Amino acid sequence: MTISHLELTDVCIDFPTPNGPFRALNHVNLNVDKGEFISLIGHSGCGKSTVLNIVAGLYQATQGGVVLDGKEVDQPGPERAVVFQNHSLLPWLSAYENVELAVKQVFKKRKTKSEMREWIEHNLQLVHMEHAMDKRPDEISGGMKQRVGIARALAMEPKVLLMDEPFGALDALTRAHLQDSLMEIHADLGNTVIMITHDVDEAVLLSDRIVMMTNGPAATIGDVLNIELDRPRERVSMSESEEYNHYRHEVLKFLYERQRNPADVEAEVVEDESKGGPELELIGKEDAA
Amino acid sequence: MEQSLNCLTEINGATMKLLKITAGWLEPLIKLIKGESPKQQLMIIGRGLIVPLLGIAVFLAIWQGTAPRIVTSLGAFPGPVQVWEQSVNLVTEHNEEREKAEAFYERQRVRNEKKLAKNPDAVVKIRSYTGKPTFLDQIVTSLVTVMTGFLLASAIAIPVGILIGLSPTLYGAINPLIQLFKPVSPLAWLPLVTMVVSAVYVSSDPMFSKSFITSMLTVLLCCLWPTMINTAVGVAGISKDLLNVSKVLSLGWWTHIFKIVLPSAIPMMFTGLRLSLGIAWMVLIAAEMLAQNPGLGKFVWDEFQNGSSNSLGRIMVAVLVIGFIGFVLDRLMLSLQKGASWDKSAVLR
Ligand SMILES: Nc1ncnc2c1ncn2[C@@H]1O[C@H](COP(=O)(O)OP(=O)(O)OP(=O)(O)O)[C@@H](O)[C@H]1O
Ligand SMILES: [Mg+2]
Repeated sequence: MTISHLELTDVCIDFPTPNGPFRALNHVNLNVDKGEFISLIGHSGCGKSTVLNIVAGLYQATQGGVVLDGKEVDQPGPERAVVFQNHSLLPWLSAYENVELAVKQVFKKRKTKSEMREWIEHNLQLVHMEHAMDKRPDEISGGMKQRVGIARALAMEPKVLLMDEPFGALDALTRAHLQDSLMEIHADLGNTVIMITHDVDEAVLLSDRIVMMTNGPAATIGDVLNIELDRPRERVSMSESEEYNHYRHEVLKFLYERQRNPADVEAEVVEDESKGGPELELIGKEDAA
Repeated sequence: MEQSLNCLTEINGATMKLLKITAGWLEPLIKLIKGESPKQQLMIIGRGLIVPLLGIAVFLAIWQGTAPRIVTSLGAFPGPVQVWEQSVNLVTEHNEEREKAEAFYERQRVRNEKKLAKNPDAVVKIRSYTGKPTFLDQIVTSLVTVMTGFLLASAIAIPVGILIGLSPTLYGAINPLIQLFKPVSPLAWLPLVTMVVSAVYVSSDPMFSKSFITSMLTVLLCCLWPTMINTAVGVAGISKDLLNVSKVLSLGWWTHIFKIVLPSAIPMMFTGLRLSLGIAWMVLIAAEMLAQNPGLGKFVWDEFQNGSSNSLGRIMVAVLVIGFIGFVLDRLMLSLQKGASWDKSAVLR
């Protein structure tokens, strides 16, 4: 039996609430190979961020655990860099200084001053931010902030790059642009990546595997889809490819047929009641009638 | 001519920043003199200068009108004119006192020189001048006392604030004490501080006078709390995302404090510091009055006891000066706050 790069074994987590423990994740099992690009997709509130936080070491699993390269994950560390949903740059530091903070911490004794400087600039160049290195977060756009966040994570030379909806707050054009950058960087550096997304196209375009999660509470992995599209993938030609659309269809089917958004289901109940429509047999309809 | 103009612009550049803090209307005035878009500058001056000046003029008129009608045992309440006269008097007295002091030292020097000329081994005594402190001396004393008390209080309050902001347990332990001591008036502390200082601070050649220590400690005790509480609130309110960044980077404790905690707490910290300095200034005047410690408070009290026909006018000068100094101190803190704050979008006033 071969040991995978990153293993999530039987991960369960309970959050303490006033009404007793709330089981957010139930028996999550996942093995990730080195260099793999994994997307986590699922409805809002199902527990994607929780999975990511457990891998990052920010949360502790109640049961089961995470092993990275044969070592158990029990605390956060720079070998599992995180790109947060809302960039989380330090607002009082420039883009350069934000990356510098991470680089100084990770390469404390291993790099000289000039090597560090080069490395920081190199990483900012990777995300095409070399022109705004000395600007502070409130002086650059949302997309640029997110890029600096990615540069900061990449500069730590992490074994695993964890990204929580990195492009969620961006407009479609910027998002496409950053997706292309990310694909390039991944092709060059071969990092292992786990990325949370809400965007089906993004998941299919970028991933080697898409991990689809069931709705919470006690969410778990519902299905895993292998994406066997050749790389490099090109956005425009992809949209015409039958294979691509097949994968897209699979994900959509999972999300909207097998795991309907709990919020939508509720909304439909209300709608049907008000119309008095006969399509669905619903509990509570008799009361309404 | 050209040189003096150059000099003028240089001064403009350097002082512009300081002027901006104290008087927003000076900048457009200088621009107007330089001839930069005069219409716009006039508008700004109109709004920034004319309106406040109008307010002051109305106030002076009402003051002048009502003051003579208030008759006290020391004569009529002083109007603006008398107060102005007294302020001129106070400055003159100060200059006279300075001249006397200089004359005294001059005499002493001459005497000692003569003595040494006669006998080179003679031991010469150098006495310092012991004149009555003038109004301006008292201002300096008060300023030194308030700044010492304030700086010492900040040096204690900021680290403690950071610690209790970081640890909810520590906060729980210290918070009741803060809440208990915060509302205590300086006048209640004063007798205790006086007694403790005279018991503990015994030295044959004291570096600071006891009265200075007493006033300073009273100020310190009263202006610890706003800085401490606001720093703690600032530290406790650091965004969770930034804390997660720190954890993922595995920052050490000191790096965490200096790179994450302190910068994010700075806006709140300065709010506290500004409150503290305001309190410090108010407390100091009261403490000096009550304890007869040198400073502006003592000046007011002495004039009150003096009871001459000029006393009320002189007290009024002190009142205005106290107010003005308080205002300038606050503006200075505000500019410090603006300089230190990374959140340039926040509106500070
Ligand atoms: N610290 C916590 N304490 C209690 N409950 C929590 C905590 N963190 C998450 N939860 C619960 O766990 C569930 C999963 O939350 P999570 O943030 O992982 O969802 P998500 O899939 O990332 O959602 P979204 O797509 O909206 O970001 C939610 O029901 C949430 O209420
Ligand atoms: Mg989330």
